Amino acid sequence: MRAVPSVILFTTLSGAGFGTLAAAGLGLGAGPGVWLAGYGLAGAGLIASGFHLAHPLRAPLAFRRWRTSWLSREAWAAVAALLVLAAPAASALIGGPELRFLGALGAGLCLATVVSTAMIYASLRAVPRWHHGSVPLTYLACAGTGGCFLTTAPGVTALACLALAVLLGAVFVLGDRRVAALGLTRGWATGLGSSGTVRSFELPRSGPSFITRELVERAAGAGSPLLRLLSLLLAGLAPAGLLLAGTPPAAALAVHLAGILLSRWLFFTEATHVAALFYRGDLTPSRP
Amino acid sequence: MSRTLVIDLDSCTGCHACTIACKGWQNANEDTRLPDAEAYGAAPFGAFLNRVHSYEVIADDTPARLIHYPRTCVHCENPPCVPVCPTGASHQTADGLVQIDAKRCMGCGLCAWACPYGARELDPVAGVMRKCTLCANRIDDPARPAEDRIPACVRACPTGARHFGDPTDAESPLGRLVAARGGFAPMPEFGTKPTSRYLPPRPKDRLGAGAVPTPLVPGGGLQVWLDKLLGRG
Ligand code: SF4
Ligand code: SF4
Repeated sequence: MRAVPSVILFTTLSGAGFGTLAAAGLGLGAGPGVWLAGYGLAGAGLIASGFHLAHPLRAPLAFRRWRTSWLSREAWAAVAALLVLAAPAASALIGGPELRFLGALGAGLCLATVVSTAMIYASLRAVPRWHHGSVPLTYLACAGTGGCFLTTAPGVTALACLALAVLLGAVFVLGDRRVAALGLTRGWATGLGSSGTVRSFELPRSGPSFITRELVERAAGAGSPLLRLLSLLLAGLAPAGLLLAGTPPAAALAVHLAGILLSRWLFFTEATHVAALFYRGDLTPSRP
Repeated sequence: MSRTLVIDLDSCTGCHACTIACKGWQNANEDTRLPDAEAYGAAPFGAFLNRVHSYEVIADDTPARLIHYPRTCVHCENPPCVPVCPTGASHQTADGLVQIDAKRCMGCGLCAWACPYGARELDPVAGVMRKCTLCANRIDDPARPAEDRIPACVRACPTGARHFGDPTDAESPLGRLVAARGGFAPMPEFGTKPTSRYLPPRPKDRLGAGAVPTPLVPGGGLQVWLDKLLGRG
């Protein structure tokens, strides 16, 4: 699938932002700075998502189909979370009382937003690598870890980072196995497989198209063990080490976010749509 | 009554007339326009609602066969492209067809990701999603003569490889054709319930293992008779 910068930025920044806001709402780390960072990250992510739309001005229409569409649900959850948490945030800024109930409610909405974002991808049966419970789990784990940096003790955050690295690594391996086990072929997709091996003779195009760009192409780095390892290192291992070495949490958070950006880039470019079977005939992330 | 396309993989010659007829017809209508970006530039980027693949099917006991495979919307009864649309631009009409209200589409592209058949393409100029409309503005146009109330691709196909009608009506010619030829729906495992059917290529001549051509004349023919006559047998 096409790894679009706006969507990578959106899922990374708003994930960490809503994670931070959830932690702040639960009263883990008080203080105006935490609230501002949470709102800043979440807001920046949401603005980035607008750049993905061909008609961003029609985005308000996206609230209409919440009954069936995870993208619509995400829009509702995000707006609700930001509104509900506005009161505890304002109260923290002016040194007022800690509004526990609204904070907890907002934290729940933040997590609902992250799950909705993940479900946009996990609900797509046509993208086998995404159609799995590990996607919402990973998105929640990333947001939760990102939310720890500015709100909890460095030791706890470091532990969360290490756990995240293990999870991300496992998801790479299990995802590869799961897609390979499906054994989907060009013969299956075309329905011609029962009479022999199906080889692509000529493609229905003289150049790239929306379909090849969005669904079929993969970056050269897709499936690269080196890049996968680097994403674990940056998202989990390095920030854990930095925190234990006494580096300021904000600096460690920056390293962590760089790792999440890389892992999201891999998330998109390694996933392949079943329509790719009509073209290149396989769904594996790496080239043979 | 469900109306849909039935595509015969045996008679399709891969001429792409359907693709071009579709493009021409849709382009003539403001709501479905299907332009190419940089059509005459250095890097044209086209959008089509029908794409004809060519596949070579290779098996041990038979010569390789070239199958042309028009890929387009298969008009799902349970279309995954509709529920994912956040704006409601993608919708199912009362007669079961999936259509896009271009004015409501924000161009998020999610529906194209949800369709397993790769049947939706974003208009690269207007930035709205497009899909096969089954030429709703032809098939229901009372001003057209009856034989012209069919999709543009069906009208254009020179070999009659594309059929339009209701294959679930077992009594209709199309229903009988689909039953006789073993028409199949692509990727049924996805639960999309396509109404369209592909008719598989008919079996061709086969050479058995070690087979030699049978002699035209029993008993060896003229050469054997001559050999016998000349005493060479
Ligand atoms: S083939 Fe694709 S575009 Fe057509 S109805 Fe089915 S899911 Fe929707
Ligand atoms: S691209 Fe348009 S039609 Fe498709 S899901 Fe987005 S808003 Fe709906």
